[in-house]
This record gives sequence, C-alpha cells and structure tokens, in this order.
Amino acid sequence: MKSSVIIFPGSNCDRDMDVALKKFGFKNKMVWHNDNVIPKSDLVVLPGGFSYGDYLRCGSIAAKSNIINSVIEFANKGGLVIGICNGFQILIETGLVTGALLRNKYLKFICKNIFVKANKTHNKYFNKIKKDILELHIAHNDGNYFCSQDDLKSMQDNDQIAVRYCDSNGEISENSNPNGSIQNIAGVFNEKKNILGMMPHPERVIDSCLSSNDGSYFFENLLSNMK
Amino acid sequence: MKIKVIVTPKNGVLDPQGKAIQQTLNSMNFIDVSEVRQGKYFEIETDLKDEKDAKKNVEDMCKKLLANLVIEDYKIL
Repeated sequence: MKSSVIIFPGSNCDRDMDVALKKFGFKNKMVWHNDNVIPKSDLVVLPGGFSYGDYLRCGSIAAKSNIINSVIEFANKGGLVIGICNGFQILIETGLVTGALLRNKYLKFICKNIFVKANKTHNKYFNKIKKDILELHIAHNDGNYFCSQDDLKSMQDNDQIAVRYCDSNGEISENSNPNGSIQNIAGVFNEKKNILGMMPHPERVIDSCLSSNDGSYFFENLLSNMK
Repeated sequence: MKIKVIVTPKNGVLDPQGKAIQQTLNSMNFIDVSEVRQGKYFEIETDLKDEKDAKKNVEDMCKKLLANLVIEDYKIL
C-alpha cells in the first residue's frame, strides 16, 4: 500500500507519521506542499504541526497550497485522506470536512494522553479495532470542535462523528472533555467516510516503549482494510 | 485605495479569548463590562481605482480566506 505525507512549512509531525506508516507496512513518500501532483497513493496524510505559524487561522494558509487541489481531487475520487491535528484544521479549512476548530475552552495548550471512543460503523479507519477505548495523545491549542446544530444533526444521522473524548472507563462527559468540543468530538468523517480529520495523534503511540501503544491498532486496522 | 475589514466571531460561537479579556477587565474594576468579543482587523491596499469594485473584490477575499464563515462574520468598513 502506498501513502503520501504532505509537508507544509511548519509541519512537525510529518516524520513521526512517516515512521508510523512504514512500521505498519506502507510504502510512504513525503510530498512538498508546493508540488502540484501527489504520487500514486492509496492514502494521503496531512500531518500535525503549525503550518504557516498558525497565521490568520490554524490551517487556513496551508489550505490554499498548490498541493491541496490534488488532495481535494484525490479525496473526491474516494481516496483515503487523514488529517491529524493541524492536518484536521487544514481539512476543515479546505471544506473537506464540516465544522470549525476554535481556541481551547480554557485557553491552554494541552499536551497529554487522553482516551477516545471510536465509531466503528461503516468506516475503514476503526471498524475492526477490538479495543473499545483507545489511549491516544493530543497536543494542541485550537482543538475545540464546533459546528452548527443542523450540521451536528446531519453528521450524527450519517454516523460521521468519528471519535469522542471519554475517560478511561469509556464515559463521555464534560469531565473527559479536554478542550470544550461540542459533544466531546475529537474527530469527524466526511459524508462518504473516506476522509478522517481528528485532533488525537495515533502516530505518537505506536510502540510499547511509549506511553501507549493504541495507535498501532489504528494503523493495523487501516492497513488490513486496504489489502 | 485602502479597504478595511473587521472579522468577528459569530453570535453564539464560544470566544474563550474574549471571555478571558472580559474577566480580566472585571478584575481591574471595569465592573460594567458584561461581554467582550475579540475579532481581527485588516487593512487591504488595492490597486483597483473604483471603490465599488474594490469592495466587491474584498468581499470575495473574506469569503475565500479572511473569514471562516462557519464561526465568523465579516464587515467591510
């Protein structure tokens, strides 16, 4: 399986993602934002970081990069696209996924492990993962997910809420909401569920020597669906 | 010609920075302050000569880049 990770000026999780993808068997290529064409890929990843210094709004400048037209074209043809953290913010700014990411409710940069419950229905990202609660890592200033009530309802009706913050027992509540996101939303799909945007970083927790190994389930599951 | 634009969070959208500013003002004894909304201000220098054309162009910029219409409103001054 072939993947491409797009590098923007200010990306800083691009190489972690490269390591993770290769570890689980992807043939990964790094692609510069100024290129016009994505190499032949089964998966495209927009990595975390601080593209363009988060100027204007997080992800807004990167969303106008040369490569983005190819990413949109790839996504519209049904290609799998993942945006993690700043990559999620970029997806939001391109309009490929619905909503907005506001400043964290308590104005703090949050860098810690959190727990999420993933939506396993009708998607290739989480469908066969055996664990119900995943321990992943977040590191962001602007991860407070927001969307209109109408959009929320249509996403709920279409199973587009991908991941929600919960506690270690799987309880989804205000106490397990790190950043004020509505409905504890940590990630969403587009309507066809080929695009996933989420704040937590699976690529940071892919080895038992790290604080969690739960990111491995994510990559293993994704790869198993692509073979 | 210079066109000025203000971008503000929409009503009903949480504005944690505005809230923090309001609380600080209250703690500084500006107790009359019940709400602060923080936005952005742009000055755009354009080569267009006709003000109507220039403002139309800036409106396009607002929709495509300067504002995120999910959470923000813009006003061309």
